[in-house]
Amino acid sequence: MAQGLSLVPGGGMARGPEGAGDPGRAGFEQPVAGAIGERWCLPGTDESGMGSPTLAELFAASPRDGGWAGFLLGQVDATRPLLWVQERMAILEGGRVHPPGLGTPGLGFTDLIHVEVRDARAALWAMEEGLRCAAIGAVIGEIWGNPAALDFTATRRLAVAAERHGVAAWLVRLGGSANLSGARRRWRVASGPSLAHPLNPRAPGAAVWEAELFRARGAAPGKWVITHEPLSHQQGGLAAGGFHLVAAPGDRTLGQDQRRSG
Amino acid sequence: MPHLAIERWAKISGAPADARVALVEEGPHGQLVGAVTAAAQAAGARPGIRLTDARALDPGLIAVPADGAGDRALVERLARWASRWSPLVEVDGADGIRLDASGVAHLFGGEAALVADIEARFAVLGLTAQVAVAATAGAAWGLARFARRQTGDGLEAVAPLPVAALRLPAAVIRTLERLGLKTIGALVGVPRRSLARRFREADNPLDALDRMLGRLPEPLTAAPIDPPPRALLRLAEPVADPSAARQALALLVPDLTRQLEARRLGARRLVLAGYRVDGEVQVAAAACAIATREPKHLLRLLADKTDTLDPGFGFDAFTLEACLVEPLDPAQDGLVGGPPPALEVARLVDRLSVKLGADKVRRPVGHASHVPERASGWRAAVEQGPSLRAKRSNPAIAPLDCRAPSGLAMTASRPQRLLDNPEAIAVIYATPEGLPRRFVWRRLVHDVVRAEGPERIAPEWWRERGTARLRDYYRVEDREGRRFWIYREGLFGDGRGGDPVWYLHGLFG
Repeated sequence: MAQGLSLVPGGGMARGPEGAGDPGRAGFEQPVAGAIGERWCLPGTDESGMGSPTLAELFAASPRDGGWAGFLLGQVDATRPLLWVQERMAILEGGRVHPPGLGTPGLGFTDLIHVEVRDARAALWAMEEGLRCAAIGAVIGEIWGNPAALDFTATRRLAVAAERHGVAAWLVRLGGSANLSGARRRWRVASGPSLAHPLNPRAPGAAVWEAELFRARGAAPGKWVITHEPLSHQQGGLAAGGFHLVAAPGDRTLGQDQRRSG
Repeated sequence: MPHLAIERWAKISGAPADARVALVEEGPHGQLVGAVTAAAQAAGARPGIRLTDARALDPGLIAVPADGAGDRALVERLARWASRWSPLVEVDGADGIRLDASGVAHLFGGEAALVADIEARFAVLGLTAQVAVAATAGAAWGLARFARRQTGDGLEAVAPLPVAALRLPAAVIRTLERLGLKTIGALVGVPRRSLARRFREADNPLDALDRMLGRLPEPLTAAPIDPPPRALLRLAEPVADPSAARQALALLVPDLTRQLEARRLGARRLVLAGYRVDGEVQVAAAACAIATREPKHLLRLLADKTDTLDPGFGFDAFTLEACLVEPLDPAQDGLVGGPPPALEVARLVDRLSVKLGADKVRRPVGHASHVPERASGWRAAVEQGPSLRAKRSNPAIAPLDCRAPSGLAMTASRPQRLLDNPEAIAVIYATPEGLPRRFVWRRLVHDVVRAEGPERIAPEWWRERGTARLRDYYRVEDREGRRFWIYREGLFGDGRGGDPVWYLHGLFG
């Protein structure tokens, strides 16, 4: 079951055309399905939040920004084993996976297999081995920089393996540039100022991400500001994986804009 | 153990002590009495006579079929248990166990004390044991069966023994007795040359005598009682071809899996050894997360490793040994086909571990601690199967339950990523214990817009040194929304070092 996402005021279509992507593409002109503050599905995913498994590439806005992890984990099937491959350099720069932080309370991962590899070549091999095992829920591979081993052929191999065996693959690029790739969806994810904390105005609230889909097959690119839907709504009476509309918590527009302009 | 069979039967059946019972076995001319209870012996029955003869002496004798296989299994089990006294133990005949006691007796306070200990332990089991210690295995065999003495050395100890103590075929014993040589002492007096001429090579009493007196070696072949499954391939000529190991593996794996299947075992750890002509042994090892005996999987695990074997001047033998095995009964595949998911994941773990090293492929394991880096540890994934079959035996390694008695989570949130070593940061904050305002991490300034904390984690005084300082953890968010987990180590004036130091420990997603 994946967590739902909801749009945040100031996100969605309003900021799409200003994005750094290709403004000439027709996809940017299309309106976003779903209104701000409502439940929203990522492009290329169905109602349950799971798309057909394929290779998605995710660029962290900066190596010192860990925000992508929350964005990604919300889309991973937590009921099945998760294979997480980290290159040595990615561990040094961005830290090692910390299992207690992976699940919001009550939503932990059933089984996590962590693999530490020396270089990108070994990381790609380990990812491909993982993708061949249909019992795995998702394979996440973190690669630092722009290694020579990570070319179009390598990413295409991963995409084909992911689609053939039905295992979702996430290629996370830390400090890398968007070169030629066989990935079906390519994201650029940065953290955004978080929502208001319900109890403490000085504390960081629910995480917010500025996610830009700059290339996708079968979906329109765009740029959104999104957050997970609150856990209390998810645990409501609906069937697991079902989506429903969520009001964006808090009234933060005023303070947010002031801070941005200031 | 002269009365092993009857004592075992008495223990299993729970018969009264005065029952007149004989264990009978099939002989070539009818049933023979194998072992008798003390009461039956008093009534006239003896081991070795026919059942009809025994019945003639004592019509009330109860005949029970003997269980030879059960007796042998008991002896084997006892032999394994007897390795408490010596590492070298061997099953000796149907009712004996031989221990190599050299260099061992002093651990039990001398030979006499060792013998007493052995007898006492066997008595607890309800078994009669006749124990003898001697310089040679033959002398010990003879003394244990035919003498009252328990220790003895050399000729004077064995001289009074009958020639049957030489452990020779019955026909040879009979010949010797007909010749009037009733004791070993008498046999020693006969000129060696005439004895050598009189008997055949294989069962010559001279050799037996020499073995008993230590003139000929009689080594204890203490093969492991339960040897690990092992397949062996000898080559007619040394092979220096690097691909030889791979071909040998393809031959050895089916052999090994047949052995595993026959014994209903699955391999957890495999070692392929290549024996070189120049006296070197090259070894490649692989481990499995779940016991397995599937040839395809084992072959695939070790196939890549075979390239690491250096043939040098050539291999002339290969062995494949399953050095760690677990019971594995045949399992039914699912009806819809394909192996169960847990098995598939275990296979994946095996493949990754073989290539990348077992310490690189790990699963999280929780420890009972509040210090973050101690609370979440890692353990090699091959060592522990998936959680559905592994029993956690150590309660200290159970996942930490960070909840207050009210059920609320005490540790509200933890970062998704943790730096292996917390990195020191320069922080501007409201001294002495206020919220951080701005910090520099890796040469970049982060303005703290929002902060939550502190979450105070005290040092674990029962583990750490007295100078360990407490940590105040803060969740902070900078102007761009990046969220970090930072902590201040120590307080002003806590007497455990200078000013407090700040560290960045984790990144939130």
